[in-house]
Amino acid sequence: MTTDVITRPARTPVGGGPPPGQARRPALDALDRLESEAIHILRDVAGHAARPALLYSGGKDSAVLLHIARKAFWPAPVPFPLLHVDTGHNFPDVIAYRDAQAAAIGADLLVARVEDSIARGTVRLARATDSRNAAQAVTLLEAIEEHGFDALFGGARRDEEKSRAKERIVSHRDSFGQWNPKAQRPELWNLYNARVQPGEHVRVFPLSNWTERDVWSYIAREAIPLPAIYFAHPRAVVRRGGLLVPVTDLTPPLPGETVETLSVRFRTVGDITCTCPVASTATDLAAIIDETDLADVSERGATRLDDQASEAAMERRKREGYF
Amino acid sequence: MTVGSAPSLLRFVTAGSVDDGKSTLIGRLLYDAKGLMRDQVRALGQGRNRTEPDEGDLDLALVTDGLEAEREQGITIDVAYRYFATPNRSFIIADAPGHEQYTRNLVTAASTADVVVVLVDAARTQGKPLKIQTRRHMTLAHMLGLTIVVAVNKMDAVGWSKSVFEDLASKARHLARALGAEPHAIVPISAKAGDNVVERRGTDAWYAGPTLMDVLETVPALDLAARGPLRMPVQRVAVQDGRRLYQGRVESGLVRVGDPVVVAPSRRTSTVAAIETFDGPLGVAVAGQSVSLVLADDLDVARGDLLAAPGVPLAHAVVADLCWLDETPWRPGTKYLLKQGAATSQARIDAIVHVRDVAGLSEARPADGLSLNDIAQVRLKAGMPLLADRFEDVPAVGGFVLIDPLTNQTAAAGMIQAAA
Ligand SMILES: Nc1nc2c(ncn2[C@@H]2O[C@H](COP(=O)(O)OP(=O)(O)OP(=O)(O)O)[C@@H](O)[C@H]2O)c(=O)[nH]1
Repeated sequence: MTTDVITRPARTPVGGGPPPGQARRPALDALDRLESEAIHILRDVAGHAARPALLYSGGKDSAVLLHIARKAFWPAPVPFPLLHVDTGHNFPDVIAYRDAQAAAIGADLLVARVEDSIARGTVRLARATDSRNAAQAVTLLEAIEEHGFDALFGGARRDEEKSRAKERIVSHRDSFGQWNPKAQRPELWNLYNARVQPGEHVRVFPLSNWTERDVWSYIAREAIPLPAIYFAHPRAVVRRGGLLVPVTDLTPPLPGETVETLSVRFRTVGDITCTCPVASTATDLAAIIDETDLADVSERGATRLDDQASEAAMERRKREGYF
Repeated sequence: MTVGSAPSLLRFVTAGSVDDGKSTLIGRLLYDAKGLMRDQVRALGQGRNRTEPDEGDLDLALVTDGLEAEREQGITIDVAYRYFATPNRSFIIADAPGHEQYTRNLVTAASTADVVVVLVDAARTQGKPLKIQTRRHMTLAHMLGLTIVVAVNKMDAVGWSKSVFEDLASKARHLARALGAEPHAIVPISAKAGDNVVERRGTDAWYAGPTLMDVLETVPALDLAARGPLRMPVQRVAVQDGRRLYQGRVESGLVRVGDPVVVAPSRRTSTVAAIETFDGPLGVAVAGQSVSLVLADDLDVARGDLLAAPGVPLAHAVVADLCWLDETPWRPGTKYLLKQGAATSQARIDAIVHVRDVAGLSEARPADGLSLNDIAQVRLKAGMPLLADRFEDVPAVGGFVLIDPLTNQTAAAGMIQAAA
């Protein structure tokens, strides 16, 4: 029997006080640990991949990711380009922010346009005003092929949505960009496997373990600037399907709908045709964090027109290469 | 390491055989602890009507079974991670699959957890030996160093019988002891009805112990890395004003300016001249911190090297516990890629010491092959000296993975037992 007894790791209970001779160890709080984990992932994959890139939309999650990438590689600059898959249906504020942030750190910003995929005929939409959100996958895969990217960092979090909750930190995509959720690679401890065959790539999610609240708290702690639409502002909206839909040229009110001007903010930012704000009076980060603590609808549930259609919508899109 | 009063973080994983109720339990914990949003609860009412469903109509397993195939087949295929907090603690929960075919996903989930909650189905296990998957999961969780909590589930289906509970509790305790472990707690519950998970509903008058939530809120969150010797794998090298900055995360121990360090595998020595970060220099960095170290001497240190406290054990051959995770069985003679810390080297399994017979509890059998889900002890030889820290001493670096160079699949997880 003796050979079969598995001895357990020696462990130090938290709160048991520091070991002798190691008094006054700096304590890491939850955000320190999340940040450090993200840095570790960024450094690990960047060291392995031949041609990585960071998906950067100007949204809050990618703002956090870019901020951490700067910390990870400092004093060297971020050693890979930023890639934005641009639907052409943007909030102008966000695009201005995107360009300013990339310029401020001297990053190489690549913009892949759904517009160009439409011109090439690889994306076909029934109507010009249709949501281009799903079409982003096509444009993204075209950009990956064009630039030969083998690792793409993204700011997605597991707490966003049920199929994301299933995804590895380093997630393999085949040469068609497809995710096979039923055959994911095992991922042990913090040993990531970013190896790919030619034409394949990995999606890498350094913020996997962050919650929406962590993101807001970190933005406040690090004083990360954000596009103004994340803070409460008056906006013309209509009420549709339990959501507040912003009134824009692309999303006009439907017959019978009443346009109201409400104080709103965005919890997440994406294609203008499918991203909805929430009613809010939070004009600063502290107020946003308070509202986040009280929220009883999830980030996606409160803000996304497209995901409501089907439980499996996101998984299907992800399998096809969406991020 | 959080010594202050900030709520601590506990990462736990549920384990047990198919249909023991793992997904239901997590749904129940989240629902009762108010960890679900309104739109998420609505989706549990079969996803059809748009009104708030009654609690009895909720299919709580749907909280985590997030893949289409999982909802169709009614089983969990891969790990789902959920995040929630009570006033006393924040939790990262991993819902792992019970099916044997997906054991590797349980191993994935357990590798980053502090605690395992092993479920035993009272209805189907009463009067019988524990199921093989229960044994396998408890074995794997213990190998990975997790604290074991046992939840005897579906007590509603056995009329909250005290004798059924006591019989299963004693079998679970016996299994743990055979592995060299002692369960931290054994709790009778009904995940479906919500008895004794977060709330007590009085069905269990004979049971005076804690609820499962009481256990989870108080079980020590163990810090694997705090006390070990310094280990910092070098992930990158940056140059600034002629100085070389070695970038990595302190995986174990701590490092101070002025400390002596050894570079592995070259065994050159130096001292720490500075600890740098984007946010400014530090005097000390502890396990869990990502930093950049500057050494006093101009040594040739590269990505994949390790900065360690003097006395770091290195070896070309090690004996290790191994879980085979790949559908492709081990190909004798093949060189696999071994990833440990930031280093990747070539390694070959020289000999199988034994393969564990999971059904027969702890006896091992000789074997000449390794296939999916085998738990074995092997002798392994590497092209470069490996860091020979025992997994039980320094778990942050005593573990490694083997990657099949042909398919790039992660083929095995290993835990170093000794230098050989
Ligand atoms: N009577 C009773 N049934 C339960 C209880 N908990 C779960 N069940 C039922 O057991 C079945 C399996 O539950 P799941 O939660 O899907 O089981 P699982 O362990 O997650 O299964 P896999 O993830 O596929 O391994 C479902 O029909 C549940 O409703 C309980 O406490 N009492």
